[in-house]
Amino acid sequence: MNDVYIVSAGLSKFKKYNYDEDFRLMVKRAFDYALNDTDITHKDIDGSVSAYFSDHIQGQLIAGAMTNDYIGLATKPSKRIEGGGATGGLAFQTGYEEIASGNMETCAVYGFESMSHLNTWKGNDVIALGSDSNFDYPLGGFYTAYYALMATRHMHEFGTTHDQMAMVSVKNHGNAIHNPFAQSPMKIAVDDVLNAPMVATPLTMLDISLMSDGAACVILASEERAKSLCKNPVKIRAIGSSSDTMRLSDRPFGNVPLLACESEDDYKNLKYPGVHSFRAGRLAAKMAYERANIKDPLKEIDFAELYDSYTSAEIQAYEDLGFCKYGEGGKFIEKGYSEINNKLPVNPEGGLLASGHAIGATGIMQAVYAFWQLQHSIGKHFNSNRLQVEDAKKGVIHSHAGTGAYETVSILER
Amino acid sequence: MKNDVKGTEIYKTDPLVKRWDYSLSYIHSYAQDSEFFKSLGKNILLGSYCKKCNYKYGTYRKYCMYCGGETQDIELPLNGKIHTFTTCYYSGESFMNDIPYTLILVEFKGIDSLFMSRLINKENIKISIGMKVKAKFKRLQKFDVNDVYFIPEL
Repeated sequence: MNDVYIVSAGLSKFKKYNYDEDFRLMVKRAFDYALNDTDITHKDIDGSVSAYFSDHIQGQLIAGAMTNDYIGLATKPSKRIEGGGATGGLAFQTGYEEIASGNMETCAVYGFESMSHLNTWKGNDVIALGSDSNFDYPLGGFYTAYYALMATRHMHEFGTTHDQMAMVSVKNHGNAIHNPFAQSPMKIAVDDVLNAPMVATPLTMLDISLMSDGAACVILASEERAKSLCKNPVKIRAIGSSSDTMRLSDRPFGNVPLLACESEDDYKNLKYPGVHSFRAGRLAAKMAYERANIKDPLKEIDFAELYDSYTSAEIQAYEDLGFCKYGEGGKFIEKGYSEINNKLPVNPEGGLLASGHAIGATGIMQAVYAFWQLQHSIGKHFNSNRLQVEDAKKGVIHSHAGTGAYETVSILER
Repeated sequence: MKNDVKGTEIYKTDPLVKRWDYSLSYIHSYAQDSEFFKSLGKNILLGSYCKKCNYKYGTYRKYCMYCGGETQDIELPLNGKIHTFTTCYYSGESFMNDIPYTLILVEFKGIDSLFMSRLINKENIKISIGMKVKAKFKRLQKFDVNDVYFIPEL
């Protein structure tokens, strides 16, 4: 396989409503940002991968092809990738495969979603069609409920507290204050999260990610092309992915797939995954770590962009990705380990909770932020160095579909 | 004068933002899951058993996810325990008249996986993991998964 690099990236501003720009123009903003940032032209691009989650939300089918022509890539090979919340993460990995296989030398990967086309209640309904429509959707049409069921069990199994979950919200909203692309920067306290309107116990309004309008783009290239296009490209060291049952009720009660830094003794009495943890996240991480020769993620990874669709999901991801052992995720945030310039900063730009969650764009948004972190160019793009992770050399990006029906983990390094 | 021409709802003029109603009626077949939904009308909750894997599913599936073989229908116990729960104060638009409602995952003795359902808690009993619950069936069958629900077993 050929080595694959990110040579440029761009974002639109993420907003609750962007009625001034449709999906095509949002993608154009992100794509043009990437072209201009590294002085790349349309003729340098061999093809593209587009990402958006829902034809229902978009009110437009084959919206990827419409976007491709709008941004000036008609006649070049292009395809659309869809996989729930992991849409962007999967598209990013598909772009990687285009280059690694030698099918393309450069590939633009872009994602978008215009979630403001639907009111929030209807949006919940449509998103929940991404669960089993015979057995799960008719119970309430509500994805937050599924994550809440998992959070309740995580609390029972490991003693995780709502205060600890709230700390994730405080961190990510606080980080977003210094990110001009973010939708919901806020200085809040743990009590604000706990006292926000209850949505699905234990999750309140401030435990839950945003519905956003937004677009993101990365341009990937082979080693040779990367050298000619970009002074400081970032290498995609490895990709990993996995899947799990769509229905939470089908998850088994077995053993933990161990990472290199764990042993069977760590989990003697733990039935896994049940509904407390995301097996696909663990398996995706295990695959990526083995390919990248990472033995101890806490020591070897400098920052992570994790799929914090809910505060509980970020805590669960600390464990799935082996930043700490299963059961220690609550303490991980409580001790401040995931704060900027602590042991392993997580979502330093605000994550899905505060930067935004325009579903098809999200996984690519994470790649954009990770690319800028590894280029040490956050100061240039944010007009402030405040969110730059000091001496960042290796980062990880991670996304979910469903309650972990697909998951992706990709390792990037400078 | 009879006026049956409905106007167009405009939210904004700059940019121009209008209302567009779009709906579909699906012809939804339960296909190989049909037996489960029909059985609810007979006060039977079906699960599935894979003889080859000796695995009992708490949620109906016609083919085993481990070996791919066809499963046998089994009757699940009508008593179980709460594995986890959540009470929802928001929902999808189609269910907004139901809030607040409680969802549970039920574990059954001797069954390897779970079943998701609503808990109707009229007595407002404090819900907890491990609490005993029993299945009830709607008298007016609507042929969806809500034809079965659970109540606390006192």
